[in-house]
Amino acid sequence: MKGRKVVSTVIYHIFIAALGLIMVYPVLWMVSGSLKNNAEILSGSLSLIPPAWRWENFAQGWRGFGHVTFTTYFKNSILITTFATLGTVISSSLIAYALSRVKFAGRKLWFTIMIGTMLLPGQVVMIPQYLIYNRIHWVGTPLPLIVPHFFGAPFFIYMMMQFMTSIPRELDEAAIIDGCSKYSVFSRVIFPLLKPSLISTIIIQFYWKWDDYMGPMLYLGKPTSYTVSIAVKLFADATSKTDYGPMFAMSTLSMIPVFTIFLVFNRYLVDGISTSGLKG
Amino acid sequence: MNKKKNDGSGRTGWNRFIYNNNTVGYVFLAPFVIGFLCFTIIPMISSLYYSCTDYNMIDKETWIGIKNYINLFKDERFINSIKVTLEYVFFSVPLKLAFALFIAFLLTRPSKAVSFYRSLYYLPSLIGGSVAVALVWKELFARKGLINVNLGKLGIDAVNWFGNMSTAKWPIILMTVWQFGSSMLIFAAGLKEIPSSYYEAAKIDGANGWQSFWKITMPCLSPIILFNLIMQLISSFMVFTQAFVITGGGPNDATMYYALYVYKQGINNRNMGYASAMSWVMLVIMSVITLIVFKTSNHWVFNESES
Repeated sequence: MKGRKVVSTVIYHIFIAALGLIMVYPVLWMVSGSLKNNAEILSGSLSLIPPAWRWENFAQGWRGFGHVTFTTYFKNSILITTFATLGTVISSSLIAYALSRVKFAGRKLWFTIMIGTMLLPGQVVMIPQYLIYNRIHWVGTPLPLIVPHFFGAPFFIYMMMQFMTSIPRELDEAAIIDGCSKYSVFSRVIFPLLKPSLISTIIIQFYWKWDDYMGPMLYLGKPTSYTVSIAVKLFADATSKTDYGPMFAMSTLSMIPVFTIFLVFNRYLVDGISTSGLKG
Repeated sequence: MNKKKNDGSGRTGWNRFIYNNNTVGYVFLAPFVIGFLCFTIIPMISSLYYSCTDYNMIDKETWIGIKNYINLFKDERFINSIKVTLEYVFFSVPLKLAFALFIAFLLTRPSKAVSFYRSLYYLPSLIGGSVAVALVWKELFARKGLINVNLGKLGIDAVNWFGNMSTAKWPIILMTVWQFGSSMLIFAAGLKEIPSSYYEAAKIDGANGWQSFWKITMPCLSPIILFNLIMQLISSFMVFTQAFVITGGGPNDATMYYALYVYKQGINNRNMGYASAMSWVMLVIMSVITLIVFKTSNHWVFNESES
């Protein structure tokens, strides 16, 4: 009986690890491709170890396009992503607090509206929003990529509301007895306890924003305001033949910020997602 | 108002006002109310107007009534874009959810390595939406790409993935399914909350693993399945970047998904009236589909408070 258990455990780990390797293989292939030349990349070899470590791909890729280097692209991406993420976290937590903890007139209606907006696919509002931004002369600036995030994101509001249901209401009541107002209950009780959920929001919003291609493509006009995702695509658009090595080198670098955020905050990610409120 | 009054009852009146639940509620809700008006309602209403006009963003719009809508239903490329989008959603969403649930279930085992595995499986979702990964995919499935070369080694004929109308969708669907990480995390959180006493009771009653999966896990998880289903339906309808980077909508419109076509008409052709009409038709289609899912969910979502 015990022997059988050991065998099943071993099979389990082999299966999970092998499947996991297949999952991440394309990413590893890209990383190893950043150190190969075109012929080596296109040879169809499954090997992940570059025959010769061609670090020059990174230098060549970093030079960018038409005198604009990746220094600029990274700076733009970091700026847009940081502000957008900050905006999302602050505004969404305020809104989630109102909808889940304060009993005000019209709460049900606003909750329904919030869910309705969450269910509204972004592409449906793409053209309508573009027209509005065009009218107020925001097209060609990074403003449409940053400002709307300061007005709450329904997906994260909903996620935080789910998490708040797991914070006992007795804490709010105790704080109020101790002299807290409804405002300071948020800043002293709810916001600090919301930390795991805030961190999940930071991770998810950060990589959504960092990877976003459509927004920057729609709104950023000048090459000096391009983000990393736009720049990486430029490698494939080149009129001459694509240089795969530098392209993969910059692709690899473009993923480092996302990885870093993920590794630093990873252990909070699962804790921050609570499904308790989803049940009947 | 005179000053004296303000110092006395005015101040408590102000306090009563500012600490009133309605005030507190709307103070905290204010960002949402403003954002909803400025970035959803105003754009949508104005686009309803534009959808009845001919507008290229340079000249002033001219009113043409419902002509855009009539043209839409005569536009074979539009009908086709709806068709291929639905097809993509139909294949990618169930596959993605099944896979997410399968992996989440496998990873419920108490083992120290589980959190490592979870990160491993989450990785594709973390970076999968990026242009970088789309470019990798394009090369993997290229005519002489890694997939074809290695299929050749196994004696299977190379497939011209992106050159063929019937095969072009599969790499894109596969890429979507590959990013099952966030659904998996939500399933994992849900699985964690099923009381282990349920399983123990079932075991005593002689249920095997398969039976307790269908009789305990699935019903307990059904609200979460509904949530994931709705969220994935919506994000699948928005498929854009992958198709834009990998196929550009081709070959012969086989992957010209709705969002791509709207982009082509609105941004490339500056046909904003027409693109606005398209947005509204899509809004109606999406609402109908979401409503159908919610209506049918009464039959398969298990509600704990009812039993």
